Amino acid sequence: MSPTQVQEDSLLEVRSLKTYFPIRKGLFQREVGQVKAVDDVSFQVRKGESFGIVGESGCGKSTTGRSLLRLIEPTGGEVMFDGHKVTEFSDSRMREIRRDMGMIFQDPFASLNPRHKVRKILEEPLIVHGIGSAEERRSRVERVMETVGLSSWQLDRFPHQFSGGQRQRIAIARALMLQPKLIVADEPVSALDVSIQSQILNLMQDLKDEFGLTYVFIAHDLSVVKHFCDRVAVMYLGRIVELADKHSLYREPKHPYTQALLSAVPKPDPNAASERIILQGEIPSPANVPQGCVFSTRCPQVMDICRQQKPVLQPTSEGHMTACHLYGSAEA
Amino acid sequence: MGSTLLEIRDLRTHFVTDQGEIPAVDGMDLVIHQGEIVGVVGESGCGKSVTSLSVMRLIPQPPGKYAGGSILFKGEDLVQAKEKRMKQIRGDEISMIFQEPMTSLNPLLTIGDQIVETLRAHRSMSRKEASSQALEMLKKVGISRAETILRGYPHQLSGGMRQRVMIAIALCCEPELLIADEPTTALDVTIQAQILDLMKKLNEETGTAIMMITHDLGVVAEVCHRVVVMYAGKVVEEGTVREIFEKPRHPYTQGLIRSIPKIEEDVKRLYSIPGNVPKPGSVKEGCRFAARCEHVMDKCLHSLPELVPTTSPGHRSRCWLNTIEEVAN
Repeated sequence: MSPTQVQEDSLLEVRSLKTYFPIRKGLFQREVGQVKAVDDVSFQVRKGESFGIVGESGCGKSTTGRSLLRLIEPTGGEVMFDGHKVTEFSDSRMREIRRDMGMIFQDPFASLNPRHKVRKILEEPLIVHGIGSAEERRSRVERVMETVGLSSWQLDRFPHQFSGGQRQRIAIARALMLQPKLIVADEPVSALDVSIQSQILNLMQDLKDEFGLTYVFIAHDLSVVKHFCDRVAVMYLGRIVELADKHSLYREPKHPYTQALLSAVPKPDPNAASERIILQGEIPSPANVPQGCVFSTRCPQVMDICRQQKPVLQPTSEGHMTACHLYGSAEA
Repeated sequence: MGSTLLEIRDLRTHFVTDQGEIPAVDGMDLVIHQGEIVGVVGESGCGKSVTSLSVMRLIPQPPGKYAGGSILFKGEDLVQAKEKRMKQIRGDEISMIFQEPMTSLNPLLTIGDQIVETLRAHRSMSRKEASSQALEMLKKVGISRAETILRGYPHQLSGGMRQRVMIAIALCCEPELLIADEPTTALDVTIQAQILDLMKKLNEETGTAIMMITHDLGVVAEVCHRVVVMYAGKVVEEGTVREIFEKPRHPYTQGLIRSIPKIEEDVKRLYSIPGNVPKPGSVKEGCRFAARCEHVMDKCLHSLPELVPTTSPGHRSRCWLNTIEEVAN
C-alpha cells in the first residue's frame, strides 16, 4: 500500500469499485448470471467534505455505500480510507477501522433494536471496541445524547417511544459514539416528514462543523443533496455518469440523464416554467445492462457510438466529470 | 370552475382505541368542483388519508366511526348512504388510487381481468366488449405493448407501469372524482414526472376532478389548482396554488414552505419548525399548532380560531393573526 498516491486532503478514495451479485438458478444453484450493482465506480472524498451520491432506485447508490464499509463485500476494485487499503484488510482489522467509519440508515424504525433501551444501543459500540470504564461510557452516552438534541432522561426508553425524527437522532448519536472520521448516511431523511427533515439536515450540518466530520450522503432527493453536499456523483445502473461540484452540476448538467433527472423534480413554485424532459421507458434491469452506454436505451440524444462503446468518466470542464460520448470520446 | 362536486362539511372520523377515542379527522371542510384538481397536503398523522378513506366509506367500523359531519357528493350524503349504494359509487362515480400499486392490485388476476371486472361490475357489457375497452384504456394511460400487458400479471410490471394500470382501472368507468392518495410517493422522480404528466393530461381530456393527497409540496405546485393544508385533523389554510405558495397566511404553511430545500436557492441552514408533529387528539384546547408556532399568543393556547376568509378571494386561514389583521384593517 502506498499512501503517497493519495492526494493530501483525501480521506476516502474509491478506485474501480465493483460489487456484483450472482444470479443462481436450479437445483444446484448454479450461477447463471450477475447483477452488476456497482460497476467500475471511482471517486474521491476530501476531508471535511459532504460528498453526495444521487440516483434512482436500483442505480447502486446504497450498494456503493455499503461496499465502502465492506458491509457488502466488493467483487473488485480498491477502497482507500485514511491511507489504508481497507479492501485488503482482514475481518478483525476491518472491524477496528470501522470505528472511524459510521453509518446512518434510512429507516429509523428498522435500524434500532426494539428490545434494547436507547442507553444500551448507544453504549454498545463503546463496549464492542473496549473503550472507557463503565463510568466514562455512561457520561459519553449522556453527552452524545444531548449533542443530538435529546435529553439524557430519555436514555432509559425504548426506540418505539420516540417519533421518527427522534429515532433518526438516536441513529445519528450511535454513529457518533466512536468519534468517526467518516459517516456514510444512506437516505437519512427520506422517511421523515418535511418539517422534521430540515431539523435533521441542520443537525447533521452542525455536527459536521463541530466534529470536522466527512459525509458520504446517499439520497434520491436532488434538492436535499443540492442543499447538503459539496460535490455530487450521479449514478445510473451501477455507474457514475456525472461527478461535479454541486454548483456546476446543478447549473450546467452535462449528461443527458442528469439533465432529465433535474428537470423531473417537481418545483415547489407554481410559476416555475416546466420545461420538462420526460424520459421514455423505464430503467433496464441491472441483470441485463445495455451494451455500450448504460443510458443509451432511454437517452433522447443517443448516437450510434453510444450503443457500442461505454463512455469513460472524464473531465469536461474544471472540476466536472462526465461519462458521455457527446463530450468527445476517449477510448474505453 | 364547474359546479360543486364534493362538499365535506365538518367531518369527524374517530377511532376507538384502548387509550380512548382518537379524532383522526377533527372537523374537516373541503369543497371540490367539477374538473378541478385539489391538493390535500400535510404531514403524517394530519388526517389526509383518513379523509380520503372516509369519502370512499372505506374506514373499517369498528374501530373507526363517523362522529359527525357530512360528505355531500352531488348533493347526496355519503355518510348516510346504504352500503349497496356505496358499491355503485365506488369505482364508477368515485375511484381511488393508492401509494403502493403492488398491494392494491390482485396478484392472482391478469391485468386484463382486473379492468374487465371493474367494467362489468358497473356497466352491462359482454366480456368481449369489456376486454376491448380495457385495451383502449391501457393505451390511453400510455402503456405500449398493451395486448401483452393485458394478459400479464402485476408482478411482471415495474412500479411505474403498475401505477399506470391502477389509473387505467380507476378511470375505466369515467368517474367524476378520482382520489389519488400519494400516487407517486413510491416512484422514482423520472417515473413520477411521467405519472403526474399523465394525470394532468387525463384531467384535461376527461374532466375528471382529482383529489390529490400528498406530502410533497412540489407535486402540489406542479399539478393542483387549489390546495388545502391540513394539520392535526383540521384544515389550517386553503386557497389557490398561487396564493398558498406566494402568500401563505398560516404560520404552519409558511414554515412548511420555508423548510423544504429548493434547488434554485443556496442557504447555509434550512428553516425548521421546532418540535414534532402532534399525535392525533393530543392537543385538545386552542390552536393545534400553538406549541410549535413562532407567533404564538395567549389566545392561541385557549381558543381555537375559525377558518376565516383572508383579503384574497377563496383564500381562508385558521389563525388568530389573520383575524387581528382584518380588524386592524
